[in-house]
Amino acid sequence: MLRTWRQRITFSDIVVWAIGLAIAIMVIYGTIATLRLGKYSPVTWLDLVITGLALGGIYALIALGYTLVYGILRMINFAHSEIFMVGPFTAAFLADALVKMGIWNQYPFLSLVLILVLAAAVSATIAFLLERIAYRPLRTAPRLVPLITAIGASFFLQYAFRGLYGSGLKGFPTLNVFEGRWTMGSIEVMKARVVVIIGALAMMLILYGIVQYTKFGKAMRSISEDKETAALMGIDVDRTISITFIMGGASAGVAGILYVILFPVAHFFMGFIPGIKAFTAAVLGGIGNVPGAFLGGLILGVLESVGPSLFLDGMGIPAPYQLKDAIAFIILVFILIFRPSGILGERMSQAKA
Amino acid sequence: MKKPNSTLWKQALRTGLIGGAVVLLLALVGIIGSFKDRDIIRGWVSMGQILFLAPILLFAINAARRAESLSKIGTIMAGAISGFSSALLVALLPLLGQAINLRAMFANASPELYKILTFGQELLLGVIILLLVGALIGAAGAAMLLIPPRIRKALSQAVVWVILLGLLRELIMVVLSRWGVVAYLFRWLFAQNGLAPIGAVTVFVVVGAVTYWSSGRKRVAVNTLPPQKKRRRMLITIIAAGIILLILPLVLGTFFSEILDTVGLYILMGLGLNIVVGFAGLLDLGYVAFYAIGAYTVGILTSPELGLFHLTYWQAMPFAVVVAVLAGVILGLPVLKMRGDYLAIVTLGFGEIIRILALSDWLKPWLGGSQGIQQIAHPWLGGLEIKNQTQLYYLILVGIAIAIFIAWRLKDSRMGRSWMAIREDEDVAQAMGINLVATKLLAFASGAFFGGLSGTIFATKLTAAYPHSFSLFVSINVLSLIIIGGMGSIPGVVVGSLVLMGSPELLREFAEYRYLVYGALLVVMMLMKPEGLWPEARRRLELHEAEELALGTASQPAPDSARQ
Repeated sequence: MLRTWRQRITFSDIVVWAIGLAIAIMVIYGTIATLRLGKYSPVTWLDLVITGLALGGIYALIALGYTLVYGILRMINFAHSEIFMVGPFTAAFLADALVKMGIWNQYPFLSLVLILVLAAAVSATIAFLLERIAYRPLRTAPRLVPLITAIGASFFLQYAFRGLYGSGLKGFPTLNVFEGRWTMGSIEVMKARVVVIIGALAMMLILYGIVQYTKFGKAMRSISEDKETAALMGIDVDRTISITFIMGGASAGVAGILYVILFPVAHFFMGFIPGIKAFTAAVLGGIGNVPGAFLGGLILGVLESVGPSLFLDGMGIPAPYQLKDAIAFIILVFILIFRPSGILGERMSQAKA
Repeated sequence: MKKPNSTLWKQALRTGLIGGAVVLLLALVGIIGSFKDRDIIRGWVSMGQILFLAPILLFAINAARRAESLSKIGTIMAGAISGFSSALLVALLPLLGQAINLRAMFANASPELYKILTFGQELLLGVIILLLVGALIGAAGAAMLLIPPRIRKALSQAVVWVILLGLLRELIMVVLSRWGVVAYLFRWLFAQNGLAPIGAVTVFVVVGAVTYWSSGRKRVAVNTLPPQKKRRRMLITIIAAGIILLILPLVLGTFFSEILDTVGLYILMGLGLNIVVGFAGLLDLGYVAFYAIGAYTVGILTSPELGLFHLTYWQAMPFAVVVAVLAGVILGLPVLKMRGDYLAIVTLGFGEIIRILALSDWLKPWLGGSQGIQQIAHPWLGGLEIKNQTQLYYLILVGIAIAIFIAWRLKDSRMGRSWMAIREDEDVAQAMGINLVATKLLAFASGAFFGGLSGTIFATKLTAAYPHSFSLFVSINVLSLIIIGGMGSIPGVVVGSLVLMGSPELLREFAEYRYLVYGALLVVMMLMKPEGLWPEARRRLELHEAEELALGTASQPAPDSARQ
């Protein structure tokens, strides 16, 4: 037993495990030190967790787009972060118009529905066009080719929208109803965050229902199992893939609106960081798996929100908040090393899939 | 296969509308507007107009090509329909702009843009002219298909040269200004902006005639020459290229030497990434990390500002390169087992981590935080301090020469062949006895070597290292240039770098849209010509083979999807 172990373990495994162990020790040490310092009150922690859940819900919705496309095409749609960006960036103009007409705060529900529909529609259209123009002709090409196309498409979309709508920040008007806090007993929570969590949850349930319980969802799942056999069974593969992209796009558009409810600014580069984090969330939950995307999103959101104060503050690192993006990337690298299948997924990231 | 005429007309209409949509996008994104002041032929044609008419022409040619089964008049009609429908779609923009203020949403929908689209005329007259011009251009494009290929080639070649010379006027004028009397032979070709009309006609006629004449002659292919002659030719080419490279900064002056330095640094990085992506097929999006590590290590070791070490550049450079290589191996270890797309995103994360760390307050005492490191040492050579652009040019040139030699020798070595085997099929490569771990790590390490080296030169060039110089865009630049040049091809890296890094520096208007263009180029390249501008022989074969397979066995599952 021990001998076969000794033969199987290579030098690279040892190095990787050593790095992993070092980071684990640092995290544990940092956590204990922070808690012993007692710098933050329980209320602060709760606030951080709720912020994290709201962020996580948004990541989850974006992650869904990665997961759906990955499930069906086995490719990472790098341009998905731009699909997330185009929805709110476009809807910001509608929101401005609504403010000018005086509808915005007069009928908040109607306004919200309108901008959600517009954002989802724009994102879905771009996703559809992207698949139709850039990905479909390359479905049988060698692996690297669609990947490079996706990276190219991502930059093309970013800078096309920069050209169209301008390179500056586009402020998103805030809805008065979402301002302020709700008090539940001794706990106060920001309304916007609760709304975002509920919105993300609702959207997630709808999409999960579609994938799991409708005929179309069945077609989608069968294509992700085996494209050729699905085609033989009379499933229109091209159409199903198109609709999958539309669904992923729409959910990214909704996620985009939820994002600007939290951070009321839209700009052409806004998709990049949330996009990578959502990808991390998708991998964390197990790519190709819808509940996994949700779980991964929430965990990542909370870790990112709590992490800098919990792990890093105790180690005496100044301005730990600057490193929060690095935390997400490190998590990504470590899941891919130690559990590439994610929490709920099957093993897919390795070469012998 | 003959299609009924009505479908062909519809197809022409649809092609034309797509062309029109492309023009609208170019207009609203702002490319057409920003090129309006760059004349190609002074007072006659501006680059903005070319950018707006060229898509109409190209799509019309495409439409006409599909309709070639028709009579000659039918083909021309198809082109005209396509051109007309493009123009119709484009005409909507100024008409709509008149009615409502589009500028509230689209930053570039200005009256100036409408003026370009309507040729500076009144709205209605302009729209009519636009429609006529669209139809005419479409018909002319279709007519190009009908004339003998020799004339067609001469015409298109002549047009391309006129545009090229018009665009590169500034560069050419600078070169001319150093030639003294000889310059007067050429100066009259150019106006203050672009070519003078008489110059344009001259260039057109000369290039057209030369192309016509030379395409009639039989060429002796280099491959059929006897080996001795072949070698002599190659030697002459190399010596000539060497001499040109050596005198280049003297001819071009400081400003263009600066551009050459930038291009050179990217060639150096491109050669490194080419090993990782092009040879071994490992898509690395965090290549900037090694560049940053090289630059920062030199900074830490030489800058008196931090006061940690006081080495000279030449003492610090080997350390920097070693640190970069180590970073390459450390990055390589965890990602060894990962598949292409995961690798891409993890390396991207790695690049970002390095940048975030460099920016953070945490490492400020060592890395300078957001202010970066200043006062990095210049290299000394004998008694000479290498500090201006021209001197740096030679330093970079030596670096590139070494890098090209190493890359070239590696490519045909046992290691190079192992890399290519891995690129094509990892499992089979492993079965053939290739040690995946060592081979992949070596690819990362050699890539990191060149990245680190160019980072050190970059640091001494600026005498500073700022975290914002090491953003993701550096990686994207390098990736774009090796893919557009041709993955795995060493001359491709040079060509790609000259075109992609040189053009935004030469054309200020273009700089604004560089990532838009790079993105579009990557997509178009992958769709049309995945092997790149200067393809490597084996890769071209690989891609063609896949194409043939896909064509030959269209009804069977394609090879790639079967593997999954």
